[in-house]
Amino acid sequence: MSRNDSLETMNSVSPFWNGLFNILFTIYSIVCIVPLLLVVGVSFSDEKSIITGGYNFIPKVFSLEAYKWVFKSGDTIVRAYGLSIMITIVGTLCSVAIISMFSYVISRKDFKYRNVFSFIVFFTMILNGGMVPWYMVYTNLLHINNTLLAYIVPSLVNAWYVMIMRTFFQTNVPDSIIESARIDGAGEFRTFLKIVMPLAKPGLATIALFQTLGFWNEWYLPLMLIEDSKLYNLQYILYKTLNAIQYLSQASNVSGGTAEILAKLPSETARMAMCVLAIGPIILAYPFFQKYFIKGLTVGAVKG
Amino acid sequence: MRITPAALEKVALSPKTNKKKSGFLKEVSKNRVLFIMMLPALVVLFLNNYLPMAGILIAFKNFKFFGRNFFENFYKSDWVGLQNFEFFTSTPDAFMVTRNTLAYNLAFIVIGLVVAVFFAVILNEVRNKYLSKFYQASMFLPYFMSWIVVSYLVFALLSEEQGFVNKNLLPAFGISIDSLPAWYGDPAKWPVILTAVNMWKFTGYNCVVYVAAIAGIDQEYYEAATVDGATKFQQIRNITLPLLTPLMIILTLLAVGRVFYSDFGLFFSVTRNVGALYDTTLVIDTFVYNALRNMNDVGMASAAGLYQSLCGFVLVLTSNLIVRKIDPDKALF
Repeated sequence: MSRNDSLETMNSVSPFWNGLFNILFTIYSIVCIVPLLLVVGVSFSDEKSIITGGYNFIPKVFSLEAYKWVFKSGDTIVRAYGLSIMITIVGTLCSVAIISMFSYVISRKDFKYRNVFSFIVFFTMILNGGMVPWYMVYTNLLHINNTLLAYIVPSLVNAWYVMIMRTFFQTNVPDSIIESARIDGAGEFRTFLKIVMPLAKPGLATIALFQTLGFWNEWYLPLMLIEDSKLYNLQYILYKTLNAIQYLSQASNVSGGTAEILAKLPSETARMAMCVLAIGPIILAYPFFQKYFIKGLTVGAVKG
Repeated sequence: MRITPAALEKVALSPKTNKKKSGFLKEVSKNRVLFIMMLPALVVLFLNNYLPMAGILIAFKNFKFFGRNFFENFYKSDWVGLQNFEFFTSTPDAFMVTRNTLAYNLAFIVIGLVVAVFFAVILNEVRNKYLSKFYQASMFLPYFMSWIVVSYLVFALLSEEQGFVNKNLLPAFGISIDSLPAWYGDPAKWPVILTAVNMWKFTGYNCVVYVAAIAGIDQEYYEAATVDGATKFQQIRNITLPLLTPLMIILTLLAVGRVFYSDFGLFFSVTRNVGALYDTTLVIDTFVYNALRNMNDVGMASAAGLYQSLCGFVLVLTSNLIVRKIDPDKALF
């Protein structure tokens, strides 16, 4: 046994405590995951068995009806899904471009007004106009409520991400590289695009993932700014359905009287199926997400 | 910007700078590209953050809608001084929402700190590194769920009609159907529920920073302690915790600076904005929303909003000044 190994062993808790910690974490991990399984379980259950037996983890009667209904129910839910995907992609791309351009400039030590412009961003963390004036700006001045811009514009710049990116540029892009690009005759923007951006890939990936998650999970902006049901994203339809299960029947384009639709509608299981569809992409991307998130959070903590 | 005496001297002595109209304009023309690169972000910040800051003045107006133009509406609305604030403070809600906001935030800060540090410290002691990675990943998972999804999870557990707890869990323990709790009707239960939900969502997230900080501690401290015969628990108490203390203080101070703000999703969506629960679930943010969108009371909403902004401003500023004293690198500004 090498010196390091023996130190390692001496430097660990006893097997008893190690076992106890493992049990504790196993329980807590289950607590974190299990509620999600409940929703999945319900979504694969037969509607009638839910009405009589309540929500349960393991379907008493297995059924795919809920998913069939969600995909059959016509454009509303499918469109909302497509809208969520589109908003997420467009929003993330725009946001990363805008944030990285700004952060790069204020990270440049030879830029005279970097402190003034840094302050302009960070001041937004200190003072907040509040919901009412903010709402007025979008609905009464810019009039972009009830347009897709309402999903994107308010989330484009975030002071915290600017801070992360600025730190990233400062620590990962040496001044000498920018200097030598200038000597070679490259313009500012060309230097930024061809030399700085490739060096900043890990930082860009981090804020891109932060923003992807933010845009995908967005429901506050439609709550405040969207009334046209054609422009609802997936999260907002979920919100509407949670509070009024009848919303699903209004959203479906199945013909017939309301009572008839409600009778046919697997409402309890269908809304859980929609919830699963909203979680799905996050779970698929999770290993990737988690790695870069932890990286981003620790970068933020180093200069937080 | 820091102005040194030497720089001032330079400006005074240089005849060139005196001739130029303005240093700023010169800088703009010299670094045109850099300024263009900043422009999109500056426009967004202006619209999304600075215009609303100026819009705080709505709180001193009897704001009415005359047309589609905000400036026209603002101009035509009458100044009413502090009348909106008098209305706001004369309602019993003013005290209630302040109490709820502060109490929840303080509970979240204290419990969050203890739980996060505890988990981070013992996660570091788990011998199997693959398992500890797995635990960290599962703890972090709830953070990625939107508040709407979290509301579904809570609803699936607690719903009075079909909820797992009332339909399957409690009956399995022999609790009769008549004495099942009405979760969405009893405000007394929600301080515990909301605290639990908040911890569920954020413990993994809060842990990450402390796990990273522990990983950054120099291993030689532990080796030296081991050689001196210190047990692992003595090491945690005398090395890990003291070295984490500055970070704990700073993160706590920054959180204290934000005690007047709450997580809108937690209090609005998870409670389903049920009126029967307001006594323990209404916070300033949701009060402002209800006043603005459900009661169309712009005056009340903006007064409550300004009250929150000002208290928030003072607290963020104060906490940040203290943080700056302790560790300038960790300060926001």
